[in-house]
Parts: sequence; C-alpha cells; structure tokens
Amino acid sequence: MIRVVVQEAPIDLAAEFALAEAEDAGAVATFTGLVRGDDGVTELALEHYPGATERALEALCDEAVARWELAKATVVHRVGEMVPGDRVVFVATTARHRAAALEACAFLIDRLKTGAPFWKRERRGGDARWVEARESDDAAAARWGDGA
Amino acid sequence: MAIELLYFAWVREGVGTGGERVDPPAEVVTVADLVDWLAERGGGYATAFADRQRLRAAVDQAFVPLDTPIAGAREVALFPPVTGG
Repeated sequence: MIRVVVQEAPIDLAAEFALAEAEDAGAVATFTGLVRGDDGVTELALEHYPGATERALEALCDEAVARWELAKATVVHRVGEMVPGDRVVFVATTARHRAAALEACAFLIDRLKTGAPFWKRERRGGDARWVEARESDDAAAARWGDGA
Repeated sequence: MAIELLYFAWVREGVGTGGERVDPPAEVVTVADLVDWLAERGGGYATAFADRQRLRAAVDQAFVPLDTPIAGAREVALFPPVTGG
C-alpha cells in the first residue's frame, strides 16, 4: 500500500506512525526531516509542481515496494511557509523485517531529494533566496542505481 | 499547436508569471528550442533562461533532458534543479 500526501498542514506524526503499521509486518522505519535554523534562516517556503510531484513520489514508492517487498510505503511532504523546527518531510516504510524497512526508507529520502519537483526558498530576515541543488544529494540518490 | 507552459521557483519569478499558453512556430522542435524562442522576448525571460546548465524541464509531467522534442506536448514545465526533502 502506498500513501503519498503533499500538504500545507503540519505533519501529524502520531497519526502517520499509526497509519504506517500493518498486520504481519514486523518493522516500520521512519525518517523525519525538519527545517534547520542554522545560518540565520528564519523561514522556509516550499514550492511544488501540483500533480507531477505526487506522481513522482508515487513512482518512487512503487519502486521501493517492489524492490524491498514492503507492506507499505509512506511519504508525507509539506509545502508552503514553514519555520525552523517544523517537519518538512516524513517517510515510513513497513516490511516484515528491519533490513528491508531501513534500506527502503533511506532509498526513499535519498531519491525524493533529487527526483521530486520541490523547490526551497530560505528567508533570513528581509533577505530571501532559492536554495541551490547540492552535488552530495545527487551522489546520495545515485548510490541506489539508475532511475533518478 | 498551443502548449501550456508552467514555470517554477526562480524561473517563475524571473519571467513574472506561473504559466501561460503559447503557440511556438514550426522551427521550435525541442525544449531547448522553446527556451531559445522564449528568451528572445528579452527582459525577465532572457535573464531567467540565460544559464541552460541550471534549467530543468518536464514534458507532460515527465522529467526530460532539454534536447527532447515537444511535438504533441500539451504541457511543458521549466524550472531549476529540485531541492526537496
């Protein structure tokens, strides 16, 4: 089962953890990304490509489910205005055993950073600038093989 | 044939709109041709499309290289490298 949500509302961890559990699945691995307040960032705005973003995330979840035989794959990504400490992204992978869940979770967060259309703009007081893509993110996505 | 164009992030800010419908001439064959044609408008378009290395594209919501043909495309999106997660 796949759950992909792109939302402006805050991410409800308790609700997402509960949804990620499944009968006959012994392992749930999760990743939560938070807005960092380093370098004086006061606000983060996330823009996305409605429709294409959800499709890209669903395709990544499909790939993870097939590759690691997951019971469930979940990606909840926030868009709009956020402040340091807010949850930007939540990934959960549900499998019979921990190895598959942990690997698939790392795969999903690595690949969504370079493979799903989101754009971050940081604000520091009165100064706003678009975040540049990082080569380290490309390298992290590439370690999972083709398809990025 | 008319194409729906979408712009995101600093491309959107540069051209000054989130989207528009265009009807490019027949010599516009690929996404890169489309970018050249749009850049000829000058102003914000020329600035936003100045550095092709920093430009990414999707045709009908599928991510493609800039040398991809646009024949039959309904929707073309132009945007910077993605920075989600």
